[in-house]
Amino acid sequence: MIDLLKIKNKYIQDVDLRKVGGSRQVLICGGSSCQADDSRILYETLKVKEKEIKNFKVVRVGCMGLCSKGPAMIVYPEGVFYEKVSTNDLNTIITEHILNGRIVFSKVYNKDADENIVPLEKMPFFSKQMKVVLKNCGRIDPLNINEYISQDGYFALEKCLKSLTPDEVIDIISKSGLRGRGGAGFPTGKKWMFTKTAVGDTKYVCCNADEGDPGAFMDRAVLEGNPYAVIEAMTIAGYVIGANQGYIYVRAEYPLAVQTLTQAIATAKKVGLLGKNIMGLGLDFDIELRLGGGVFVCGEETALLESVEGRRGEPRPRPPYPANEGLYGKPTLLNNVETYANIPNIILNGAEWYNHIGTDGSKGTKIFSVGGKIANTGLVEVPMGITIKEIVEDICGGVPGGKLKAVQTGGPSGGCIPARYANLPVDYDSLTQIGAMMGSGGMIVLDDKTCMVDIAKYFIGFSVSESCGKCTPCRIGNKRLYEMLDKITKGKGSLEDLDKLKFLCYEVKQNSLCGLGQCSPNPILSTLAHFNDEYVEHVKNKRCPAGVCRALVSYEIDKSKCVGCSLCAKNCPTQAISGEVKKPFVIDQKKCIKCGECYKNCKFNAVKIGGDSK
Amino acid sequence: MEKNEKKCNNKLNILESKLTVLKSEGASSMVALQCAQSVIGYINSDVINMIAKIFGEKPEAIYSVASFYPLFKLQKEGKHIINVCTGTACFVLGAENILKEVEKLLGISDGETTPDGLFSLTTVHCVGCCANAPVMTIDGKVYAKVKAKNVESILSEWGYRQ
Repeated sequence: MIDLLKIKNKYIQDVDLRKVGGSRQVLICGGSSCQADDSRILYETLKVKEKEIKNFKVVRVGCMGLCSKGPAMIVYPEGVFYEKVSTNDLNTIITEHILNGRIVFSKVYNKDADENIVPLEKMPFFSKQMKVVLKNCGRIDPLNINEYISQDGYFALEKCLKSLTPDEVIDIISKSGLRGRGGAGFPTGKKWMFTKTAVGDTKYVCCNADEGDPGAFMDRAVLEGNPYAVIEAMTIAGYVIGANQGYIYVRAEYPLAVQTLTQAIATAKKVGLLGKNIMGLGLDFDIELRLGGGVFVCGEETALLESVEGRRGEPRPRPPYPANEGLYGKPTLLNNVETYANIPNIILNGAEWYNHIGTDGSKGTKIFSVGGKIANTGLVEVPMGITIKEIVEDICGGVPGGKLKAVQTGGPSGGCIPARYANLPVDYDSLTQIGAMMGSGGMIVLDDKTCMVDIAKYFIGFSVSESCGKCTPCRIGNKRLYEMLDKITKGKGSLEDLDKLKFLCYEVKQNSLCGLGQCSPNPILSTLAHFNDEYVEHVKNKRCPAGVCRALVSYEIDKSKCVGCSLCAKNCPTQAISGEVKKPFVIDQKKCIKCGECYKNCKFNAVKIGGDSK
Repeated sequence: MEKNEKKCNNKLNILESKLTVLKSEGASSMVALQCAQSVIGYINSDVINMIAKIFGEKPEAIYSVASFYPLFKLQKEGKHIINVCTGTACFVLGAENILKEVEKLLGISDGETTPDGLFSLTTVHCVGCCANAPVMTIDGKVYAKVKAKNVESILSEWGYRQ
């Protein structure tokens, strides 16, 4: 039988003593964004050095969260966070810092004006965050089960199997107030209870890791950086509802997550934490992976189950709900990755501890992937109830060179939160009240150069291409919505169209079979509610105030402002801009394709947006 | 040519034995299709008929699953796969201009392959590198913060000639 405490005591030094221990360690971020920036090459270089240098260890960890500073690495014991490390930088860091203990300050992120190292958790990006689900992410070697155990991993499972009845576990989860992190926010405890009490000999535990919302990558970070938390939680769920088999349905577009999960499942089986007679305590539970096929609607629970069974991922009407008739017609518990990853912490620390985090109706923390027009793109975990302003300005460093216009949450199913609601607390109920939604955690920051009609059109276009076609309101309704928006962005809309648009939105919402169609009009409705002026401007004055809708704009260079830096000409893909350096440049309207690159790149606001060029 | 044919038959033989194992393990036809795609590279009628035979289903049932999921390729793909990310973060930072530039240079649209079989172009929704938006990938290599004017030089790294 596995002795968790012994393993914890042995390996905790590897993790916790990184900061104070004698040996030098480097944590290199292996998150997708850093890997895209070639962090893999840095890792391989360091791995070679590991053998040559005494008392030196290199660990590849999950996403550290600060994606815009990638590739990132932390050098211990000093806790120096190096940002945007190139291969050349790495060589300098190795010879200067790792071999000779001299910090390379030019590449350090966490320093003050006097070049003192500031503890990471005191940096603005980290100080307002609260890491519960992501606490291991970026700290431990995700594939090393011993490092996971050293951070109290699997102690929750042991506690459940040894001293808690299934009903007691459900009671803890219910009292904690945890709600589903997939977006809808259904109380998790209730879901577990429904599945437990459902009649049936065979039951299943499923994990929804089909993170299809464009611009969201929270679940991916959890799977890649802390996979055992999800596996442990699913095992607990197996014990509670009485299931012996679990499935994780994961996007095939996440190869690293698939690879990490495959290895983690194999390791857990090898050490007796998954499979037959887990921990010698009599529980049989196994997990298999199922890969998605690139279809957004498979993130909808009934479509996901269809797909796990190997069929076309078309949604089924509900009821019956999966808790009663799910996978292969059997009672099935289906939760999202982040929801599962919360469970071990709640079991270990108790419902009261969790209850103290967050607001009345929304307990705990939420992970957001913040992107778009923002200085620090990345992954943040914040307590529920934090304001939009705190996330955008304090944590993520604000909108570079522009003004915050709105924040979009919930992707193609969600809505926009306009800048005037910047002090709105982020929780399920406040967001729903103003017509946005929590969603799964994608948060896209929009500035004044974003057209709200265009963004609504973008999301509807997404829903059109992802509608499975099973029900008519979604299949045809979304297409018509798209055409209406297209007409408006081309300057061919009328005021009457706006009323028709709204009417059709409600029709699609009310009559669609599944969540996709029931939510797809939300981006239109919320932009109509908060940015009605912009729609009116498009249809009445045939003008796109943000300068995005190509048919409605032309670009001109303001001679009095242009300093002749030639940046616009360099960025013009069609060579439509010409001029002499240090003299005002000119745009050839015949060659101009209205891509807006000049407008976006001008540092002197010299590129003006005119009206319709025709 | 003969050599190619041999290679093909060989791959089909490998697939047949793999599928037989999958069937005995109780796998679904979707798992079979995923296996076939990794072995053959795409799903053609030979593959569909083989799966149908081994799994005791009608070919049209297998085709209905294969055609539902975009990750199953029903045609042979180009040598290099270009993915232009049109996720939200990339979209607001100008992904459309990149897509247009790739389409213009290669003369193909989303989902198509160049006549010389060198490139296939697909748009994808979010590759999870939003910090580097807008991005495009070629055979998995990620190009960060792409500008329309840089597309030509990126493509030429992979053998594009005007």
